[in-house]
Amino acid sequence: MSQRTIIDGNEAAVDVAYRLSELCSIYPITPSSTMAELADEWSSHQRRNIFGTVPTVIEMQSEGGAAGAMHGALQGGALSTTFTASQGLLLMIPNMYRIAGELTSTVFHVAARSLATQGLSIFGDHQDVMAVRQTGCCLISSASVQEAHDMAAISHLATLRARLPFVHFFDGFRTSHELNTLTKLTDDELREFIPHELIREHRARALSPEHPFIRGTAQNPDTYFQSRETSNKFYDAVPGILEDVMAQFEKLTGRAYGLVEYHGAPDADRVVVIMGSGIETVVPVVERLNAEGGKVGALFVRLYRPFPAEALLKALPATVRRIAVLDRTKEPGSGGEPLFLDVSSAVSEAVAAGRREVMPVIIGGRYGLSSKEFTPAMAKAIFDELAKDKPKPRFTVGINDDVTHLSLDIDPEFQLLDPQTHRAVFYGLGSDGTVGANKNTIKIIGSDPDTYAQGYFVYDSKKSGSRTVSHLRFGPNPIKAPYLVTRSNFIGCHHWSILERVDVLEFAREGTTLLLNSPYPAEEVWDRLPRTMQQRIVDLGIDVYAIDATAVARAAGLGSRTNTVLQTCFFAISGVLPRDEAIAKIKESITKTYSRKSMAIVKKNHDAVDSSLEHLHKVEVPKQATGDRELIPPVPAEAPEFVRDVTSAMLAGRGDDLPVSALPVDGAYPSGTTKYEKRNVSEIVAVWDNEACIQCGNCSFVCPHAVLRAKYYPAELADGAPEGFLSQPIDAAGLPDTRYTLQVYVEDCTGCGLCVEACPVKPIGQPSRRAINLAPVLERSKEKEAVKFFETIPMNDRRDVDFGTVRGTQFLEPLFEFSGACSGCGETPYLKLLTQLFGDRVTVANATGCSSIYGGNLPTTPWARNANGRGPAWSNSLFEDNAEFGLGLRLAADLHRDIARNLLEELREEIADDQLVDSLLAARQRMESGLARQALRVERLKDRLDQLSGPKVEDLKSVCDHLLRRSVWIVGGDGWAYDIGSAGVDHVLASGRNVNVLVLDTEVYSNTGGQASKSTPLGAVAKFASAGKHTNKKDMAMQAMAYGSVYVARVAMGADPQQTLKAFREAEAYEGPSLIIAYSHCIAHGIDIRKGLEQQYRAVNSGHWPLMRYNPVIRESGGNPFLLDSPRPRVKLREYQSAELRYKVLQAADPEEAERILQIAQAQVDRRWREYEEMAVRGAERFAADPRKEESWQI
Amino acid sequence: MADLSTKYLGLSLRNPVIASAGPLSQNVDDIKALAGAGVGAVTMFSLFEEQIAREEEQQIQLEETFDEMFLEATNFFPEVPRRDAGAVSSYMRLVEDAAKAIDVPLIASLNGSSHGGWTRSAKRLEESGAAAIELNIYYVPGDLTLTGEQVEQRHLEIVTAVKAEVKIPVTVKLSPYFSSVGAMCRCLDAAGADGLVLFNRFFQPDVDLERIEVTSGVTLSRPEDARLPRTWIAVLHENVRASLAASTGVDQAEDVVKYILAGADVVGTTSALVRHGVGHAAQLIDGLEAWLDQRQLTLAQARGMLAVPKEAHAEVYERAGYVAALEKAKTTYGSLA
Repeated sequence: MSQRTIIDGNEAAVDVAYRLSELCSIYPITPSSTMAELADEWSSHQRRNIFGTVPTVIEMQSEGGAAGAMHGALQGGALSTTFTASQGLLLMIPNMYRIAGELTSTVFHVAARSLATQGLSIFGDHQDVMAVRQTGCCLISSASVQEAHDMAAISHLATLRARLPFVHFFDGFRTSHELNTLTKLTDDELREFIPHELIREHRARALSPEHPFIRGTAQNPDTYFQSRETSNKFYDAVPGILEDVMAQFEKLTGRAYGLVEYHGAPDADRVVVIMGSGIETVVPVVERLNAEGGKVGALFVRLYRPFPAEALLKALPATVRRIAVLDRTKEPGSGGEPLFLDVSSAVSEAVAAGRREVMPVIIGGRYGLSSKEFTPAMAKAIFDELAKDKPKPRFTVGINDDVTHLSLDIDPEFQLLDPQTHRAVFYGLGSDGTVGANKNTIKIIGSDPDTYAQGYFVYDSKKSGSRTVSHLRFGPNPIKAPYLVTRSNFIGCHHWSILERVDVLEFAREGTTLLLNSPYPAEEVWDRLPRTMQQRIVDLGIDVYAIDATAVARAAGLGSRTNTVLQTCFFAISGVLPRDEAIAKIKESITKTYSRKSMAIVKKNHDAVDSSLEHLHKVEVPKQATGDRELIPPVPAEAPEFVRDVTSAMLAGRGDDLPVSALPVDGAYPSGTTKYEKRNVSEIVAVWDNEACIQCGNCSFVCPHAVLRAKYYPAELADGAPEGFLSQPIDAAGLPDTRYTLQVYVEDCTGCGLCVEACPVKPIGQPSRRAINLAPVLERSKEKEAVKFFETIPMNDRRDVDFGTVRGTQFLEPLFEFSGACSGCGETPYLKLLTQLFGDRVTVANATGCSSIYGGNLPTTPWARNANGRGPAWSNSLFEDNAEFGLGLRLAADLHRDIARNLLEELREEIADDQLVDSLLAARQRMESGLARQALRVERLKDRLDQLSGPKVEDLKSVCDHLLRRSVWIVGGDGWAYDIGSAGVDHVLASGRNVNVLVLDTEVYSNTGGQASKSTPLGAVAKFASAGKHTNKKDMAMQAMAYGSVYVARVAMGADPQQTLKAFREAEAYEGPSLIIAYSHCIAHGIDIRKGLEQQYRAVNSGHWPLMRYNPVIRESGGNPFLLDSPRPRVKLREYQSAELRYKVLQAADPEEAERILQIAQAQVDRRWREYEEMAVRGAERFAADPRKEESWQI
Repeated sequence: MADLSTKYLGLSLRNPVIASAGPLSQNVDDIKALAGAGVGAVTMFSLFEEQIAREEEQQIQLEETFDEMFLEATNFFPEVPRRDAGAVSSYMRLVEDAAKAIDVPLIASLNGSSHGGWTRSAKRLEESGAAAIELNIYYVPGDLTLTGEQVEQRHLEIVTAVKAEVKIPVTVKLSPYFSSVGAMCRCLDAAGADGLVLFNRFFQPDVDLERIEVTSGVTLSRPEDARLPRTWIAVLHENVRASLAASTGVDQAEDVVKYILAGADVVGTTSALVRHGVGHAAQLIDGLEAWLDQRQLTLAQARGMLAVPKEAHAEVYERAGYVAALEKAKTTYGSLA
């Protein structure tokens, strides 16, 4: 019996792939990670494949590793598969050639995604799969969730029959993350489908000492070429095999597929050729145009490699005169994109050979890069273009190309809407439960066998307070609409702050029902709405409902989780289901979700459902707009031009409208733009108690978002301060009449509370308060004035600040600010410190991961510049190569420094200032004062050079900035440093070069959703370690120490900020490679993030994270270079672990195993501590010497 | 060889040394080890049901906080099936398994704060096979509005409610902080308590000087801590129907003997077993036996030998003891004046 269900494309694909495989070698990468995660989860739950065994799922250190393991397993005869995307697929290319060359059966399931070019993008297009079209793998595409399921089965059988590897791909996010109704293949169906003898044949081809042969030889000019040609017949056979497999599949399921599939008029004169989900957009347009008397068609290419030229020619009506081939990729500099070239060559060859009469005009277009919407209006525009006398031979659709004018104009009014489909759009914020509730709604509605459902979820690029827009469709007909909802029947806005900033009625139509979560009573709602919104409501006759869902949820004991309340309201007023039935179903679903975990939660949610209906009110809408409120502009008027014109559009959700000319040509964007985006994401913010504060700087030190800024200044500067501006006398000797202010940047504060936890002050008689506290805030005008005033006070001179103390660092300007990292992020305080200490002369190489996302994801970025225009130069190359990338930056800097020094000598006479030249060359630049002097000298040199001329002078001008000591930092997470970039990190540390490697160690892949890395501790549950990690965490510090020439530190800001500060300064000052491994608490630990620092403290005090520094300089001077900085463990590991879900999950799942692992982990911690203690008292001679020659690296 | 068998809460025990509620009864193996070490009965660690419910609720909230936060990470943990249905069920199952696994009575310990919580859990514990229930009536002594009378009333209500719900014996572990401990014990006795465990040790918070904060800490009891409960056992002996269990300050066999002499029916210890290992129970039992043998006493004869005689006035007895102690001190250390 087939099962009808609602899942996303990833699950649809892996559900089959898993059941038809014996081994999955995996590595996380968006948007394919879910496939790997589910495979791992199922394996750990002992789910069996159709052969009765539980597949082995193994996480590798990179996609390259996954492909290698897969290759090995295939040569060992196992049915192996993998799941990947984008850069991951690129890393598999060498093995793909191998696997194909050896005629090996396997399937790569790919959620197709953009590649990192001028920028990285996690979104969907075909750039990755098009980059493997030459490997010899067969490529087969799916256009929908159902197809991702079916094609997985078809490709697994086809590969066994054809003996060629398959890449099965579907559109990243659009298909991989879309929820849609599908019919699942049962185990029995799959068993019937896959003949066992094919598996036995596959095994028989494996390497075995029983019948040894050698595969993988090195070949020579005499035979390599011919050998390459031996595989031709296998490729020739693929179309036939696949057609046969598809016929079998149709017999089994009734669902018919072809190598290519033609839709439309049999006598069409215009045809669009396309791969991927876009076909579902084009087909209804074809139907509409034909219904209006047109003769058009759409050709879907399912098998792309080997290219099914015959099938294509057969399917293409002989009447066709115009063809537009759409590629979801870009191949710059080519004659056309790949599918276009393939179609063109197939057709022209046929015409030339006389097999077709007329050579049609074939044009090629690009669409949908990086999940750019592809709508019916765009498809229509293509048919319109084809109808023109001279259609553009190359075009783009979906953007406005005002530079090369390739883009087609589209008519936004052209829409195809199924009148029987109910459309709904919901605006929420990440983790407020909106998306989860909508997924649940889809399942509730879709559980009706006569109803189809679709859900697609759009997020903005921030990790804290990310704006989400859920697009839902329901109806009696299958939903094939791979684009966002328009003309919505229902719109829910779950946070008032959203409607103040964006046009939430963008997707409204006449008679839309609008639900607002309003902190204001129903009778006040209307007056509070922006005028433009009021106007739209009046014009479209929108029904407005309001509920204070936050209050209802809070009263029900659900805290800030408004999802149940708002979901109930949706069902109550949308009319998608009879009200009582819907309410009953919500309650049933709540019971199902929580009853095993907590009956109290079940009851609270049930109460919330009942209470929601009581508090839901209809808002009376006047006959005309009455208000004068405007939408809050995304950036202030004083922002720089680029920010006003470009960034602002992106922030307002109008980035799609930006023309090509508006964007930088090479991916270079202005620094420090987060400060223009006042996000106001938190309703509770830090409030400084100036009377209780002791000015220690701890709060500012740990603030992840740099919203706590301190300055001291002459008292008279506070004259005329606005009311909300607070200050107190500075608590320092020798500074009379000087005041101190700790300013909270209230619009940027995320309310994480780390500052409160870090504050050592408990005002007398108020043990639960600190000198900084969290308080609710609604209206922020006073605070905004205070910030404005604070910014008029000059920054403290760096030379006057004591860099050696935490207290001193608060007066250093952070040049990493207001990032979109998670509220309470454990990584960003380290980066902020880095910029405070070295920001005006630092270059940062940042590995892909959380830090590259909150550090470099548009629209706004946090790496900033100071008043002199100096600041960190930041770049992200890739995930795997970051250490090497950073080393390259170092080498370039050193080269240019050397050129500058040589030129300085050569131009000595012309410069005619020996003292300047000598001091520029001799400057040690160890202390801030020395650096400041050198900076002044460089300025003087530039002034002098301006008076001179000649090629050498110009050359020196181009490199003289390098005379100021440049600090190169290589930054990334543990996924990079311990796994995918491990070899690079190792090599760079071994290079002896002056780079600083900062590992923001969250002990898990945080950015992709919590997969285990080699840093994940023993016993912690993570994705890919569902049963708890069963190996020890790698001790990178010890590995690095072995070189003798590497400065190493393990730090945890929450345990000892002073040690952290010391380590950063020593690492930077060290003339050689440095490694800092920084404990970074993370939401992926499953902790109350406010307790992040507490957990850091416990991590150190349980011995899990012993603080240490290893300084080769000390060894060279005869001392013990190993400094053990943390006290002997005071608490047991159990105590540290008990506050983290990652450990508690195992406790719940398998208490005995959890206990066994804990005992081993405790023993390991004890053992390591003893070793460290022993090392801390060793003689210097027992550590590796630094073998580098001083002159080779020291200036 | 003295016969050490005895009665407690109406249960027959092979000897009067029992493992009191503590961290040594977390799993079946540990409970078997306790029984194997020779103790007369095992009291399990306390079930804080309502606290557990709160924690579970918080955990769900914590899990959900990070769901659907941003696009690349719609959650952070794999779906891991819970093998148990939570800590309460685990406790019940442990009671069930442990009761079957040992040949001495297993006493379950229960901690709650509302009537509903107490009675529901007590019933389930009985069904799971506990031989008796120890009510650990423990409240945070920081409510400045709660009167002594209210505290007393709450204890009595809880005992009455639980007794009405279960057939197995119910004993009450209480604190020494009643205005009149003796009267309170008599009231509990009258309310149907089958036993009284003296005394609960409130967690006495400490101060962490490094972090400048108050820490909750559990410390092991010391023999000096036995003086107060021993005195009250001596006073209550034969003045209440309920069994008397001593539960604090046992380290060596002599501490057991002292309690027996004061009139305890059973003597519980956790601290000694944590400090010296579970096997230490045998030494406590052997030591008691040796002491009795040496003096040719039976357990019954020794029990209550130094109790306050039923007819004597406790106040007089205590004063007498106090005066005697002062006199002793004078001779030892010289005049205290």
